[in-house]
Amino acid sequence: MKKTLKRSNAPIFWALFGAGGMLSALLGPMLVLITGLAIPLGFLLPADTMSYANMLAFAQNIIGKGFIFAIISLFLWHAAHRIFHSLHDIGIHAGIIAKLICYGGAMVATLITAYALLAVGF
Amino acid sequence: MSLRRPYVRSMDGWWKKNPFFVEYMIHEGTALFVAAYALILLTGLVYLSRGEAAWNHWLEGLTNPWYLAFHWLALAAISYHTYTWFKIMPRTMPPVIVGGKRLPDWAITGGGLAAAAGACLVLLAVVWGMAR
Repeated sequence: MKKTLKRSNAPIFWALFGAGGMLSALLGPMLVLITGLAIPLGFLLPADTMSYANMLAFAQNIIGKGFIFAIISLFLWHAAHRIFHSLHDIGIHAGIIAKLICYGGAMVATLITAYALLAVGF
Repeated sequence: MSLRRPYVRSMDGWWKKNPFFVEYMIHEGTALFVAAYALILLTGLVYLSRGEAAWNHWLEGLTNPWYLAFHWLALAAISYHTYTWFKIMPRTMPPVIVGGKRLPDWAITGGGLAAAAGACLVLLAVVWGMAR
């Protein structure tokens, strides 16, 4: 037996998958309904709900920042993990390159999210 | 180099032959909508950081019929994700023992769906409260 067991990185990706899956299961439908349908079509909520002033104030608030960061990054880590593990099912070899694209994509998007949240100021 | 060319049965469309696997592919496929929706939000966030004109441009873009069609589909797909997420949950979480008995599957699934419905209503109420 090896002296130091090599630890798997799978639990990290699985935890992010689980967190994103739970968050999107709990809030996903209502988020899509609000940002994608109610606001553009003008029903359910006041017309200025997503006005620049409102959204800027939300993104500058520390709780708002945390919410936006959690939603975007965890949704993407969830999707990246699920897509990566479905590649084999559709006949694509889920090797190191596929892994880099899936998880790397989620990582890049997470960094862009963090950067944009810093750029909107406090 | 071997000149043998053994017959290898094609696996194309293997999942279409069994309703169980069709359902599996659909619920795995919801991830594409989750990813696309998150990327739309990320685009919005980047536009928000670039000022009012950029933000209004992004917001106006959402009224494009293609975006609206996408969001209707995403609403259906992510709602289905919610349903399957909690349907599978009795098998993805450790058994819950209540009063010496294992909590039945329907209680876990039902509890999860109720929590999702509650969370959605709370989110709507919070957004409504902040917008007024």
